[in-house]
Amino acid sequence: MPELIQQTERGLYCEAGDFHIDPWQPVDRAVITHAHSDHARWGSRAYLAAAGGIEVLRSRLGPDAAIQGIPFNESIGMNDVRVSLHPAGHILGSAQVRVEYQGEVWGISGDYKLQTDPTCDAFEPVACHTFITESTFGLPIYRWKGPEEVFDEMNEWWRENQERRRTSIIYAYALGKAQRILASIDASIGPIIVHGAIARFLGAYEAARIKLPPTHPADPELVKSTRGTALVIAPPSAVNSPWLRKFGRQSSAYASGWMQVRGNRRRANVDRGFVLSDHVDWDGLLSTIRATGAHTIGVTHGYTDQVARYLNEHGINARIYHTRFSDRGEEALEPDESEINHTDTEDTEKNKELDS
Amino acid sequence: MQRFTQLFIEMDRTKRTSEKVAAMERYFREVPSEDAAWALYFLSGRKLKRLVPSGILHDAIAQITSLPEWIISESYQSVGDFAETLALLFPQSRSEPATITLSQLVSDRMLRLRSIAASKNQRALILQTWNDLDSTQRLVFNKLITSNFRVGVTQTLVIRALAVVADVTPAIMAHRFAGTWEPTADSYARLMTGGDRGDSAGPSIGDLAQPYPFYLAHPLMQPPEDLGTVNDWQIEWKYDGLRAQLIHREQSTLIWSRGDELISGAFPEIAEAAADLPPNTVLDGEIIAWEDDRPLPFALLQRRINRKQVEAALWTDVPVAFIAFDVLEENGNDLREQPLVDRRRKLDELLSQLPPNASIKPAPLLSARTWSDLSQHRLASREHSVEGVMLKRLSSTYGVGRKRGDWWKWKIDPYTVDAVLIYAQGGSGRRSGLFTDYTFGVWDRPDESQGNGGDGRELVPVAKAYSGLTDDEIRQVDRFIRRNTIEKRGPVRIVKPELVFELAFEAIQPSNRHKAGLAIRFPRMNRWRTDKKPEDADTLETLQALLRSTMRENREER
Ligand SMILES: [Zn+2]
Ligand SMILES: [Zn+2]
Repeated sequence: MPELIQQTERGLYCEAGDFHIDPWQPVDRAVITHAHSDHARWGSRAYLAAAGGIEVLRSRLGPDAAIQGIPFNESIGMNDVRVSLHPAGHILGSAQVRVEYQGEVWGISGDYKLQTDPTCDAFEPVACHTFITESTFGLPIYRWKGPEEVFDEMNEWWRENQERRRTSIIYAYALGKAQRILASIDASIGPIIVHGAIARFLGAYEAARIKLPPTHPADPELVKSTRGTALVIAPPSAVNSPWLRKFGRQSSAYASGWMQVRGNRRRANVDRGFVLSDHVDWDGLLSTIRATGAHTIGVTHGYTDQVARYLNEHGINARIYHTRFSDRGEEALEPDESEINHTDTEDTEKNKELDS
Repeated sequence: MQRFTQLFIEMDRTKRTSEKVAAMERYFREVPSEDAAWALYFLSGRKLKRLVPSGILHDAIAQITSLPEWIISESYQSVGDFAETLALLFPQSRSEPATITLSQLVSDRMLRLRSIAASKNQRALILQTWNDLDSTQRLVFNKLITSNFRVGVTQTLVIRALAVVADVTPAIMAHRFAGTWEPTADSYARLMTGGDRGDSAGPSIGDLAQPYPFYLAHPLMQPPEDLGTVNDWQIEWKYDGLRAQLIHREQSTLIWSRGDELISGAFPEIAEAAADLPPNTVLDGEIIAWEDDRPLPFALLQRRINRKQVEAALWTDVPVAFIAFDVLEENGNDLREQPLVDRRRKLDELLSQLPPNASIKPAPLLSARTWSDLSQHRLASREHSVEGVMLKRLSSTYGVGRKRGDWWKWKIDPYTVDAVLIYAQGGSGRRSGLFTDYTFGVWDRPDESQGNGGDGRELVPVAKAYSGLTDDEIRQVDRFIRRNTIEKRGPVRIVKPELVFELAFEAIQPSNRHKAGLAIRFPRMNRWRTDKKPEDADTLETLQALLRSTMRENREER
């Protein structure tokens, strides 16, 4: 008899219930943990997702996608399989999937974090026999500070920039991280401008009654009048783009778990790195595994080899589930080599080469 | 340690040189001399070496975290910096950090590590120190004990900050700082006051540390015959290096670049070789990556430039030489008004006192009885890994700036490549309003469609060029760009790939900063190849082959 959840070419598949979880190719029935593009793919016939996440999911899958929403902790039947969704604390509407069949229970984490986040329901561990966990930050160097501390630093940075008449530019993933920053930053410091790639999700947050401060699009008049005072939130793809020039003198920052490592900040070519992640850290990963009570752990999406080896060496049966997506998840840095600027080495006159 | 860590954070959080210097100024003003002395020691790139074996640090972190060895290594793999890995792995402590000053940390912890024999006790001292510090202090401490402390400043910038604090010119501070300097409070106080050397007695020490203005050569455009008889000229190779002036005084040796940067720290073996010269000698020359009596590519030298201090490994990896071609001061006498022929004789006398393998060498002189002899030399330039020949009038004084007529550089014809115009950008000044800054591409692979085009080849950007076209041509190209823009990206126009230009360039070198994997130096537009279609442009392969051949030329003996 095959296992309840199997790894297939299209992603995780439950044969008994005939559905896929976060498939990366079109299928008949897809259970979606959350709306990030490495989990929610376009083209399946029917989708099941957490009710609270439908709006954001729709902004990703299009108006015609057939999406059924169910509240957290309420199960539905698929053939003889019971399926329920549980808060993952990752982004608005993000869920873990609990699958039960003939007394056997599997939990699939999707992406998750344990830290508080005003834009989504807090993570709840799911008791299960087999737990498939993400491992984006599955190394002991990744242990997060409390978000309050990070946002204090961010507020202070914004104020300092204002004193020096510099616009504050912060790069953050467009769905989830950007809104988390909006919800947590001290909006009384100054005006906030958001890039279009972020603004397009704000309606969904409003519909879900997540309280966010007022923001402005980057129209020329406003940009001019807020130079030196505004906070601009932009997606990482905007790094070094001409779009940024209009904000005048600026200080740049990147908000991501990868900022824990200074080399990553240097490669991203920003002044500041704020260690702010929507993924679980090393300590959280281990404590969650214990909390599920699972006897078998599946490791996916990240430092899979390392986490599986560590667990096996510590008496926990672990194996790897591969994904089609890069191991670095949506927080992956994309430092195009042309964006790496060697600012510390002053160019000599000999250095007049192509500086693209 | 708190204040020093604060300085580290401030410098770490900015890429602006001026802010880094300002942060150092604040620091030096605030801290006691004994801390300032050590801060200066580390900021200027000096290191306390071999304090503790890295194995002990491994053991210490394994002990405190109970992590297996392999995951510590994996963590290091992913961080890429051992000091930082240790700081990240150390458990977050709840206790208040102890108050330790930088000088205490150095004497009671770092230097003590070296004196402890038993590794068990070394490990205990490491663990205790980690416990006494907060997380950023731990990072700084780890960087100091692993000789890996860097804050992205050159010694010149540190000196600039110190000069402001001491209220003297950077040249005076550079002079005070040169030579033997100990990280002690006394020594630091002497930097601030000038000590009893008395900067103001006699000719000011500031002047003694300052380079003379460099005399520059002009490119030779006319036929050499126009220069009169060849016997009036001294002929040297034109090297592709870093023009520099070496000032050797009683107390110190300073090397200045033409950009008035103090670069002594990057070339310690040259400063060392100068010790055999009589004091108060000033030489003019070219610093060159040099091995087996011939130059290596400039790219190798570049690795040494802008470095505060050079790791020993780099010394042997990139050997350099100061190829001296002029002497400006001998025994404190200014020789610049004397004719070149006399200066050259004095130069040869001076350098004959150095051992044959010294890093300071006289520039070889080429002999030519006729102008055609000279042309022969010039044509052999590439074999000698030089850029051409220099012509210097034997009767000339050492001029100032670019006074024309006495020094000429006659370069060899550069390399050429046919490339397609792909992006354009507006110019500035006289050329503003016109698209004058162009990016050129070559094909990523040869055309396999036998001239039918459209086999999905792509143009890879390889060069940017601004110069070489006539005003008339610029206007024509500008018109073409306006009519054939495919896409606008900010100020950049992506242009229909249609126009082909022959680019001339001086050198080619590998570069991982560029998509093409190579970089072209000093490209300019030689001519507009209206006779060529874009399909006829060169491919990346051509440039790669050229790159390989120039690399081989330069490193044949290896
Ligand atoms: Zn996600
Ligand atoms: Zn993900």
